[in-house]
Amino acid sequence: MRRLAVMAALLLAFPLPGAPARAQEEQSTAPYAYRQLDDPAKEASAQDLMETLRCLQCQGQSIADSDAPIAGSMRSLVRERIAAGETPEQIRTWLIERYGDYVSYSPQLTGLTWPLFAVPAILMLIAFLLLRRRFSSRGEVQ
Amino acid sequence: MSTQRTAPRWAIWLPLALFLGFVALVMIGLYRPADRVVTSALVGKPMPHFNLPPALPGRPGLDSRVLANGKPHLVNIFASWCIPCRVEAPQLAALAKAGVPIEGISVRDTPENLDTFLEQNGDPFQRIGADDDGKVQLALGSSGVPETYVVDGKGMIVYQHIGEIRPEHVAMLIEKLQEAQE
Amino acid sequence: MIAELGLAALWLAAALAGLQLVAGSLGLTARGASLAAAVRPVAVMQGALGLLSFACLVYVFSVTDLSVKLIALNSHSMKPLVFKVAGSWGNHEGSMLLWVTVMGLAGGFMALVEKRLPERTMLATLAGQAFVSLGFYAFLLFASNPFERLSPAPAEGNGLNPLLQDLGLAFHPPTLYLGYVGLSIAFSFAIGAMVTREVGPAFAKAMRPWVLGAWIFLTIGITAGSYWAYYELGWGGWWFWDPVENASLMPWLAATALLHSAGVLAARNALRAWTVMLGVVAFSMSMIGTFLVRSGILTSVHAFAVDPQRGTFILVLLAIYIGGALTLFGLRASTVTEGERFAPISREGALVFNNVMLSAILGIVLFGTLYPLVAEAMGAKVSVGPPYFNPMGALFTVPMLVVLAVGPLLRWRRDSFSRVGRRLVLPGMLVLAGAMALLLMGGIALLPFLGLALSVGLAVATLLPLQNRNLRRTPLAVWGMVIAHFGVAVSLFGMSSESAFSVEKLVAARPGDVTQVGPWAVKLDAVEPVAGPNWTALEARLLVRYGDDGKVMRLQPQSRSFWAPPQQTSESALLTRWNGQLYAVLGGEAPGAKAAGLGRADSRWQLRLWWKPFAPLIWIGGLLIALGGLLALIGRVAADLRRIVAKDKIVYRRERQGR
Repeated sequence: MRRLAVMAALLLAFPLPGAPARAQEEQSTAPYAYRQLDDPAKEASAQDLMETLRCLQCQGQSIADSDAPIAGSMRSLVRERIAAGETPEQIRTWLIERYGDYVSYSPQLTGLTWPLFAVPAILMLIAFLLLRRRFSSRGEVQ
Repeated sequence: MSTQRTAPRWAIWLPLALFLGFVALVMIGLYRPADRVVTSALVGKPMPHFNLPPALPGRPGLDSRVLANGKPHLVNIFASWCIPCRVEAPQLAALAKAGVPIEGISVRDTPENLDTFLEQNGDPFQRIGADDDGKVQLALGSSGVPETYVVDGKGMIVYQHIGEIRPEHVAMLIEKLQEAQE
Repeated sequence: MIAELGLAALWLAAALAGLQLVAGSLGLTARGASLAAAVRPVAVMQGALGLLSFACLVYVFSVTDLSVKLIALNSHSMKPLVFKVAGSWGNHEGSMLLWVTVMGLAGGFMALVEKRLPERTMLATLAGQAFVSLGFYAFLLFASNPFERLSPAPAEGNGLNPLLQDLGLAFHPPTLYLGYVGLSIAFSFAIGAMVTREVGPAFAKAMRPWVLGAWIFLTIGITAGSYWAYYELGWGGWWFWDPVENASLMPWLAATALLHSAGVLAARNALRAWTVMLGVVAFSMSMIGTFLVRSGILTSVHAFAVDPQRGTFILVLLAIYIGGALTLFGLRASTVTEGERFAPISREGALVFNNVMLSAILGIVLFGTLYPLVAEAMGAKVSVGPPYFNPMGALFTVPMLVVLAVGPLLRWRRDSFSRVGRRLVLPGMLVLAGAMALLLMGGIALLPFLGLALSVGLAVATLLPLQNRNLRRTPLAVWGMVIAHFGVAVSLFGMSSESAFSVEKLVAARPGDVTQVGPWAVKLDAVEPVAGPNWTALEARLLVRYGDDGKVMRLQPQSRSFWAPPQQTSESALLTRWNGQLYAVLGGEAPGAKAAGLGRADSRWQLRLWWKPFAPLIWIGGLLIALGGLLALIGRVAADLRRIVAKDKIVYRRERQGR
């Protein structure tokens, strides 16, 4: 949430509504919240996954760059499950079962999100048509 | 030389159409701001299995199997460091007095702090499980404290209340519990 | 008293804007022609009054007149003067006043110097400019009066968030406003040209310096914003595809496209309707960005509350301006021909390709940013983030970059690859060699791989237009183009290298422990408390060494606690070398030490360390892009001035001969 406030300030110097509320909460004590996995390959895949999961408390950040305790718990969960041999997509699915699509920054192709994937295709098509139209009559250039 | 060919008519009006779509969309967003809380996707599904150790020495911990004992329960996720949890304490006490079994899950807490908290705010809980690294909280699809789940006698989650329980919510929760009984 | 003077000046300026609109539009008709002469002086006067009003606001802020509500809410008598002054635009009302002031000044300046366009087009342009200002004046006067009094005056002000007490942050927002205002002028030119049907090279030439100026400010604003996010947030990220970031990126994308298509229109009288369209789109993007941020409609619950009233006002302005302009475009576009023809393989062809790709990227960013709203309207929630924007953006960025390597070498109108092909052999080979080397290294994701392979070749290709030229006689505009394009390659290299080669280490270290991060050895020497004016902090002393025989250097990241308002921040510490940056953050005390009953000397501290090879090139590239823009702007304006002077001389001579 701190990040959002900073970004907002960066863009428009909006009055910050007080300090972002910070609960009187201890840092996450989950074992892997602030500790990396020993296996670099597993840590890398955990890191990649964490960058695409949304922090539920701060809402504008991925869990890979948040100090919120729940983000720490989620990081630990991701690392422990990766270490136990689960694939990143299994973990993502597990979280989506609990929090809905909201928790994943990487939209899955569903009945709700198909336009997100259709639009680039449509844009490609429009770009192609525009360019072709523009250049279809090259013979006319003197 | 210039040519007279221009874009087709529909293409000329396309930007305006897209813009009107944008205005309509943000009007909806402005006047019907969607609820920004993240609800659990587990409502209507069975409670995931968990077995938490006792949060206080000498008190029982929380095994999710006790939730399926045929009676509806409230499962309250709370913590001693959470201010709204103090606000909802009288309402929880009232519910406990009305005979509602309330199970607690305390998140990232210590026995000492928890003890003080219960001393100051009353203790409506039958059992309190200690969720020290927040894993059960994640398993339940909860994104903060306090949250309260209504679980029916078969261990199904029928309702999730996010934020503190205010006095006006008590009757609604009792109704949900009665519905869960049927 | 001063506050009332400011308010009066604001009302007068608004009235003059009304007059400017009426006189400008009547001046276009046969019967109102006599009014036309009033328009330019009125525009100048409006700018002067706006400036007076803003000066009054700065004054009341600098003396902390607490009977003014805005100051009681946002300032404090004990603040350093520079932050008092910066506080005058560090809030909604003041920033809107700054916006209209800059807009008025720009309009006045334009009225004074712009003599190239037909007078009718200028009248329509100034009327359009007044129309846009009028909306903002109304917003200020009716919905967000900065000079409102508070009775009784409180004894002390509320203060300003400590985050905003940073010189960079204080001067960052005005940079973006300047960009937005420049685009509003481009918008007015587009309106003027559409109303009078004078879409031609003269219009493009008159508009171009404003677009260039706006684009330079936007580039600097985005670059600086990204760097602040990088060092302030303490997790090493520099771009998050956050709605607020996207809101600043979208006008930049549109302005970049506009800049290039205006170039085609100015040089070749082609792409007329398209340029006008982009002029409207660029300004809409800055309005839409403002709307998205100020209405709070997209940002998270924790930063902003949805403010329907403020949001509605901006939305109404947006609907009037953009809806009106797009309607005008629809009515007039059929009479605006596309202009001169050209072959696909030509400078114009490459620029058209660039425009189409930039517009597509803009479309994706806009759609991806708004989609969560669409989902909310349907009662669901989705998140759209980097895993969506990165590949979808790359889909259009990569082809655009390939064309960027070739385009500047092509001739106008018609060219052939066989002519430029030979010059591109070297960059092509570099791309291939880079790709092979990266493949041999292995383990690099697709996007950084493409970026790294492309950037080296691109860097060489962007310098080719200078080949075989007399560098001293090369026009500044060409230098500007080359440097800006080179900046793109530099920035791309930085981004790709950062994401491909960054090394991250999270450790819980005891004093004395040494951690290896990439080539660096980092030793935690001590953690000690320090105190600042309104914060206390724990400061870690890190002794770092590059390689085995490097010099030992010191890094001091802090974990700060502010007390009014209570807030924790991590002050990261950065160490920059030619080949990258070491980034260190001090987290909290590691749990476990206390529980184990260990003494303080034995406690462990969480350190977050990153080695980011070539990361600073991201922002150096951004600054090069802005520098390129600046050179081009200077070149263009100097050429214009020379022409004006020459014209005046001719007129003078003729007059003398006539006598």
